[in-house]
Amino acid sequence: MYNLLVGGAAGQGVETTVTTLEYFFKHAGNELFTTRDLMSRIRGGHNFSLIRFGAQLPGGHSEQLDGIIALNQETVDLHLPQLRPEGFLLMDTGIACEDPRALRLDMAQIAKGLGNQRAAGSVAVGAVLKLFGLALDKAGAADVLQKTLDPQHVAINVQAVLAGYDKAPAKFEPQGGPAVGHMLISGNKALSLGALAAGMQFYTAYPMSPATSILEYLAQQAQEAGIVVEQAEDEIAAINMAIGASFAGGRAMTATSGGGFSLMVEALGLAGMAEIPLVVVNAQRPGPVTGLPTRTEQSDLQFIISASQGEFPRMVIALRNHADAFYQTIRAFNMAEKYQIPVVILTDQYLADTTASVPLFDMGKVPPYQPEPAPIEGEYARYRYTDSGISPRRYPGDPQAIVSADSDEHDEHGRIIEDSETRIRMMQKRMGKLDLLAQEVQEPDWLGDENSEVLLVGWGSMHGPLAEAVALLNSRSGRRHAALVFGDLWPLPQKLLRRAADSARTVINVEQNYTGQLARLIRQETGIAMDAGILRYDGRQLTGEEIARRVEKEVQP
Amino acid sequence: MNSTAYVKHETAWCPGCGNFSILDTLKSTLEKMGLDPHDVLLVGGIGQAAKTPQYLNTNTFCGLHGRALPPAVAAKIVNPGLTVIINTGDGDSYGEGGNHFLHNIRRNVDVAHFVHDNQVYGLTKGQASPTTMEGMATGAQPEGSMNSPFNPVLLALAAGAGFVARSFSGRPEHLQAMMERAIRYKGYALVDILQNCVSFNKLNTFAWYNSRVQEIDVSHDPTDLMAAMRLAMTFGDQIPIGVLYEQEGPDYHARHSLLQTGHKLVGRGNDPAMVERLMRRMV
Ligand SMILES: Cc1ncc(C[n+]2csc(CCOP(=O)(O)OP(=O)(O)O)c2C)c(N)n1
Ligand SMILES: [Mg+2]
Repeated sequence: MYNLLVGGAAGQGVETTVTTLEYFFKHAGNELFTTRDLMSRIRGGHNFSLIRFGAQLPGGHSEQLDGIIALNQETVDLHLPQLRPEGFLLMDTGIACEDPRALRLDMAQIAKGLGNQRAAGSVAVGAVLKLFGLALDKAGAADVLQKTLDPQHVAINVQAVLAGYDKAPAKFEPQGGPAVGHMLISGNKALSLGALAAGMQFYTAYPMSPATSILEYLAQQAQEAGIVVEQAEDEIAAINMAIGASFAGGRAMTATSGGGFSLMVEALGLAGMAEIPLVVVNAQRPGPVTGLPTRTEQSDLQFIISASQGEFPRMVIALRNHADAFYQTIRAFNMAEKYQIPVVILTDQYLADTTASVPLFDMGKVPPYQPEPAPIEGEYARYRYTDSGISPRRYPGDPQAIVSADSDEHDEHGRIIEDSETRIRMMQKRMGKLDLLAQEVQEPDWLGDENSEVLLVGWGSMHGPLAEAVALLNSRSGRRHAALVFGDLWPLPQKLLRRAADSARTVINVEQNYTGQLARLIRQETGIAMDAGILRYDGRQLTGEEIARRVEKEVQP
Repeated sequence: MNSTAYVKHETAWCPGCGNFSILDTLKSTLEKMGLDPHDVLLVGGIGQAAKTPQYLNTNTFCGLHGRALPPAVAAKIVNPGLTVIINTGDGDSYGEGGNHFLHNIRRNVDVAHFVHDNQVYGLTKGQASPTTMEGMATGAQPEGSMNSPFNPVLLALAAGAGFVARSFSGRPEHLQAMMERAIRYKGYALVDILQNCVSFNKLNTFAWYNSRVQEIDVSHDPTDLMAAMRLAMTFGDQIPIGVLYEQEGPDYHARHSLLQTGHKLVGRGNDPAMVERLMRRMV
């Protein structure tokens, strides 16, 4: 696997160069995983992307670089120490660097000679393709550039890529791979597609990183998808609109980050009380409050599982990777619909913004739950006590049913009550869904050997880094390591955890937060205490290498 | 159930409350218009006024305090066959829900918004609301409300509302005419309904309103925004009631490229072929 960094100031075209490279690598069959390290600004500053690619799909990024494309001086100054001895540093002649691995290419000048200075990035792309040993011809270049550029810019950029290719030496062996027909997709786009596959009809949100790209992607597909996407005046409106739409029969979702979720909290309880199916996405970033707006963290878990006053059933699902983002989003809609509850999807900036090469999702794998209209026996009552614990759901506009919802405690018809007996039965009816959910929850992913001595425990986007850490640790030490990575978090699945914790000698939680929120949840629900914790809370994702290093250094004598 | 009957349930209001007359008028309006209760959705927030939907046997949604408009407009967006009517208080509409009030005027979804404006927070026992008159003493403002009252109809006009009316719970015939016009209006329609609160507003009593309200002269041109604003600003010894402003324009559905074609959302099911297409575009 190779690892390439592209760095520059905001507005310098880092993103275009990266996207073009991604498509060239995929064209050559390489699997890839691209993470973005962005500052919260539109111009200037220092942004970089890491493209990790090769014959297998990486689940995380790596700090050790095989190549650097430097569009500004800062990229050289900051990242040169990460470059392997056999790596290269590609930069324009204007940037200062004495390192023997530096390759100077007069990209701006070459592009100017071709007639457009803005094709300089494509010169760099061509050079990089050569350095990594990829084959290139004119037709192939045109094929790829058609995907990333406006038609009128394709021809000149083909020339620029070929010129760059000619000027650079071949350095690495090509790796190939199966990814030619795969999608290049971000976590948020995979999630959005999942919502569309689930039959979502109404999406509403107020912009907030890192959830905004869901709003933008869905808005751009709305016409073709036949859905309504509405930007709300605030997050309180967004969630209340989603609830109103769902009440009236439209499958609905809203997404935000922790700040917006804080505003949504009261309405989350409304969906619980009025038993209205609702999917809410919380894309985490480091808090508290505005925190680090463009970076990553896993610090909303405890907040999400207990948000809102009173007690009501909810389900919380964390997304572990791009495939999860698609399939688990469909499942979130299914669970919301089946149990008439709010379901919160937890993702984070790392997964939301990372693009990966992923095979087309299988539309048959998680069939969307589309129930027949609930049968009506006798007079319709929206909150009828039933044997299954689930009341018959109909929508207003139904000629056979009058449908009422209330945030006050209510009777079977949805009318306000205050008597003790009805209150108790209604509480039991709603809270009983938690037992039904406990039957539905999916056990965490098990990575590594059964009967391992060291068990790492994590959740959500820590899946890729933990998989890599386990492989590294098992290759470097005599001990057997494994990891449990949770997707479903509430209700907490416990079977595998209890079994694994029983047999392991050391159990370590690995999380992107300060307090070890999963560890706390596990202890609360099972009494199992962690022996140690590996935590990071600077807004940067742990890598497999770092986890392995810290396990070896901090945890094992 | 008889499909056009609006059965009334027992209420939890104080004897003499203006809400009774608003409820009766709403019932008779719906009946007169021949609307089937199965096709009507009454929405409230939380408050005494917001209980109104509870008392009629039709579809109802009583959500959160201040949040009546967002679920109401969303229900209408996805299910346009519904006649959506919001009945809720001045605190709910203009205080806690002020931001939704402003932005739903802009959104212009076809709903009727009936604000029971008793110029006080009734359910929480009489604190100042956004429309409480300056100087009125309450439990929470013992020296009298210091803040200038908010003029909802003037603000609605300034924000671009296409239908703005004022009425009084003590004039049921007038109120019924306002309700009917608001429900028929295509777009967001506001009726600010002056309402006496017998328990907590001893200043703006039934008699206080009754001696001041005056039906707007037939010579008023309801498409004249400046004239409407002058009427809106008149609130004192005289309070003009009636349609201040009515101007036709495209509502949310008419402006929406997909919904204007009659595209249905509810009951559409899912479309795997569309998702396949979107996936292939990312290859
Ligand atoms: C979030 C929230 N804040 C406060 C309350 C308490 N509360 C209920 S109704 C109300 C004010 C009601 O005033 P208004 O909307 O004018 O209705 P009225 O009772 O006068 O008809 C308040 C403050 C609440 N239920 N929820
Ligand atoms: Mg009031």
